[in-house]
Amino acid sequence: MADIMKGKSFKFGDDISTDHIAPGRLFHLRTNLPELAKHVLEDADPEFAKKVQKGDFVVAGNNFGLGSSREHAPTIIKMAGVSAVLAKSFARIFYRNAINVGLPVLICDTDQIDEGDQLEVDLAGGLIKDVTKGIELTFSPLPDAMITILNDGGLVAHIEKNKGFKFD
Amino acid sequence: MAQKPQTLAEKIISGRAGKDVYAGDITLVDVDVTAVQDGTGPLAVQQLEKMNLVQAANPDRTVLFIDHAAPSPQKDLSNAHVILRTFSKKTGAHLSEAGEGVCHQRLVETYVNPGDVLIGADSHTCTSGALGAFSTGMGSTDVAVGIALGKTWFRVPETFLVNVTGEFPKGVYAKDLILHLIGMIGADGATYKALEFRGETIEKMTMSQRFTLANMAVEAGAKAGLFETDATTKAYLEERGRGDKFKEIKVDEGATYERVIDIDVSKLEPTISKPHTVDNTATVGEVAGTKIDQVFIGTCTNGRIDDLEIAAKVLEGKVRHPDTRLIIVPASKEIYLEAVQKGYIEIFIKAGAIIMAPGCGPCVGVHEGALADGEACLATQNRNFQGRMGNTEGFIYLGSPATAAATAIAGVIADPREVI
Ligand code: SF4
Repeated sequence: MADIMKGKSFKFGDDISTDHIAPGRLFHLRTNLPELAKHVLEDADPEFAKKVQKGDFVVAGNNFGLGSSREHAPTIIKMAGVSAVLAKSFARIFYRNAINVGLPVLICDTDQIDEGDQLEVDLAGGLIKDVTKGIELTFSPLPDAMITILNDGGLVAHIEKNKGFKFD
Repeated sequence: MAQKPQTLAEKIISGRAGKDVYAGDITLVDVDVTAVQDGTGPLAVQQLEKMNLVQAANPDRTVLFIDHAAPSPQKDLSNAHVILRTFSKKTGAHLSEAGEGVCHQRLVETYVNPGDVLIGADSHTCTSGALGAFSTGMGSTDVAVGIALGKTWFRVPETFLVNVTGEFPKGVYAKDLILHLIGMIGADGATYKALEFRGETIEKMTMSQRFTLANMAVEAGAKAGLFETDATTKAYLEERGRGDKFKEIKVDEGATYERVIDIDVSKLEPTISKPHTVDNTATVGEVAGTKIDQVFIGTCTNGRIDDLEIAAKVLEGKVRHPDTRLIIVPASKEIYLEAVQKGYIEIFIKAGAIIMAPGCGPCVGVHEGALADGEACLATQNRNFQGRMGNTEGFIYLGSPATAAATAIAGVIADPREVI
């Protein structure tokens, strides 16, 4: 993973569901992820996919990613170039899926971050800098098993590399 | 017997981890049953191809469901279905074809037994927890790995004990109870936790009612919704030729709970979730009179025979409101057939209902029953997120089959207690 990730913040509220991120009505695009990625988060912010640039961050409130188990949701967020999702809390399945597809998900107090703030995230150091505001935030560390998978580049890479699970 | 008393989650996971584990532990476990559906399965297959692992560790208990867009409304989805059919042929994994039913219903009918670990690439995989199995939803890649290797990893969840007492008043059902609970603790109130349902009311419940509760555990963020097994579980398995698979699953006296929630159902009223979150609950009285354009009875939450029976009793000899469409979808072929034999389908057709193929139906907005801008639907499903039924400009209310049937006749949200 890149040492320090830099980008600006796109702010969302609480309870952003997988239906907001990858709407059910676009079910037919699930086997065409690049096309689906053009609609990422469309039902929360129709302009998001056009505005987001490589390296930017999705910043949200509580329970980000609730709803269905569709892994397409974190996958297309990553494909859109988002370097990490910061939220006050995540829904369980989304959280695990994100790690599996190699998208860092960080639990922190996002109230202090506004739309458009310039952020710098040091994954290994556990630190988020809001450059616009001149403040620093910390985030809760990931469980060891997840760090192993993230460092290997996601679950597929982890299994390929180790010919099975390698932690315990 | 473990050294320390165990919750159901700890007990079942320990049984498949081969060692005693407790809340907070991370462990590898053997997986008994794996499942994917037509929305998540193609990606799982692609991931297996990437890993060069096109195989099923346990093909007889690996199930690929064509239920979310079944029959297919368009070619991209038809092609996705072919991916599952081909994978089934290559690996020997079971295929549940279009028309056979919703994955979670088919899983409890045919595949899952007490003490099993089930992982499914669908969030409502928690439904099978009612059979005393540890079953939970995961993403395509996690389940793909489970299919190929027969293993996954879990963080053993902490448990909330939901202790249910009292008798259901007339017109109040398991669905009202679970909506009430989610309204009480919030859509993220049990994130990462297991819910354990116990108490005298639970002991008296049918399997179908227990499935309704387990199904919606994830709507409070929970990883699983678990039940002890008993004579009711045993009878259910026996009816399906799996009596020999019954296993006693009981919690240990003195197990550790993070939180205990007591609910007396005798005080409950018919409950509704208002748009656009499941925890946005109200009593039916608070929303009665709201105009409803479409009523949908079905899904893995409330599309079973007892649900259809309740609806049939309300709808018998009546006709839907002329401005309110009524869609009914039995959750599985087995249920559909029973509903035909019992005459419910005839009642529904005469009441002006549209009956559609067993499967997910309009629930996820993929292929049938999409809402028009500004329209409202009252559905027996488990989720009312914005955009869920194919239109972000639509409004979804959740309720019990009785409330749904009463509403179909009235054309506005109606109190089922007035018609049963
Ligand atoms: S019926 Fe609805 S909730 Fe159940 S599996 Fe199908 S889409 Fe999901």
